[in-house]
Amino acid sequence: MSQLKEISGKNIAVNEEGYLTDFSQWDKSIAEALAKEANLELSPRHWDVISYLQSEHQKEVALNIRKVGNSGVVSIKEFYTLFPQGPLKTATKIAGIPKPASCI
Amino acid sequence: MKQLLILGAGTAGTMMANHLSHELDKNTWQISIVDERTKHYYQPGYLFLPFDIYEPQDIVKEIEEFIPKNVHLIKSKIDRIEAKNNVVLLEDGKKLNYDILIVATGARIAPEETQGMQGKCWHHSVFDFYTYEGALALRNRLRTWDGGKLVVHITEMPIKCPVAPLEFAFLADSFFKHKKMRDKVEITYVTPLSGAFTKPKATQALDHLLHDKNIHIETDFAIESIDNDKKVIVDYGGKEIPFDLLVTVPTNKGDDVIGRSGMGDELNYVPTNKATLQSKDFENVFVLGDASNIPASKAGSVAHFEAEILTENILRYMKGEALKEEFDGHANCFVETGNGKALLIDFNYTHEPVEGTFPFPGIGPLRLLKESRINHMGKLAFKWIYWNMLLKGTHIPFVSTTMQESGKHFENIEH
Repeated sequence: MSQLKEISGKNIAVNEEGYLTDFSQWDKSIAEALAKEANLELSPRHWDVISYLQSEHQKEVALNIRKVGNSGVVSIKEFYTLFPQGPLKTATKIAGIPKPASCI
Repeated sequence: MKQLLILGAGTAGTMMANHLSHELDKNTWQISIVDERTKHYYQPGYLFLPFDIYEPQDIVKEIEEFIPKNVHLIKSKIDRIEAKNNVVLLEDGKKLNYDILIVATGARIAPEETQGMQGKCWHHSVFDFYTYEGALALRNRLRTWDGGKLVVHITEMPIKCPVAPLEFAFLADSFFKHKKMRDKVEITYVTPLSGAFTKPKATQALDHLLHDKNIHIETDFAIESIDNDKKVIVDYGGKEIPFDLLVTVPTNKGDDVIGRSGMGDELNYVPTNKATLQSKDFENVFVLGDASNIPASKAGSVAHFEAEILTENILRYMKGEALKEEFDGHANCFVETGNGKALLIDFNYTHEPVEGTFPFPGIGPLRLLKESRINHMGKLAFKWIYWNMLLKGTHIPFVSTTMQESGKHFENIEH
């Protein structure tokens, strides 16, 4: 179920947990607004991770912490420093892609 | 003679050997199965061993007992699979050619993936219960443990039988109550997930049970290391959780032979079509049970449902027919909740576990997602079913291979 939420002055479709349901609505100002909600200021390193996550998502790769740590883009330790408390959940939300399903 | 080769004589491989030995023409096909071990372990029993509910003899039998006479059992370590050449190399250099290969090499715990896990506390105050040795060492420790902080912990997903650590926490609560020392034990359940389980509706029910049993839960905890001196587990964010007794489920990985053969993903699981169970890379290679990367639970019940479908698909493949895209991720698990009760969950790729009745819609006698004594009897009866029916590939009466939707309460559930 998606609902509309005003983010950075635009009406954006999100699910009940606040994840974007339509990636085409994402832009950098949306990311910055969502980061602010999570009390984060986006640095160039944050943007590296965000672009990596988006490109993996585009390739339909299922994301998990181990994969991010092995990516060469960011170590797990730095990932946690950049996005404290549930880095994958926070980073995917800011990147405008779905929350990785912890399936199984 | 054409060769059908099965790698691994665990739950999945043994079931396939039994199914296929009934189906294949003995004059055309030779079935062989390779395993380096001689013992078959009833893995669901690892949960009961630490609490002295089962004895070792309940859960260990000879592999040979369950392999049909017309199937060639080869006791050897596998060096590697050369799928491009349709050959498997054994450790002694022997080569096994195959026309069809079934990979059923399973999954194992990999404590070496976490810094400090196999330190000086390993099997003294840090235990796994996913191996026979671990479960037995833990039993011996629990017999004399006088209480303190018990931490039940999952390292990362996916793991075999994702409900087992929860069951462990529930049974521990019951065990210490029975020993009249529950007040001396603080139980904490630590998970990398955001709740007790991977599916929302079941998580709700299980979170509630944890609360009722006074078991604390710590979510979103991604372990970085274990500090053996301070006796704490540390996550990547720097958070520490102290323990006196740590019962952990280490990272699970597919068998190393998959890695050596270059056939696996980052955790050594073989990329597999989730509906047909055919390998994504080689059309004459099929994968079932814990060895595959399909997004279904790594559980014996899943391997059982897969085996029925895979048997049909292998027969189709032999005749050059299109494979059935039928596997739906069906899993059916009893969840022990302590005090002689259990709940039952039944789900697949698209339908999460909900309330209802099983296997007869509207009747039961088993109830889904509700604690009951009869569910617990079902779990105990399952050991007999496993040794006497499941491994032999006998169809379990009334339990369908794909999940049934009738008799279940799906309202308010999004798929």
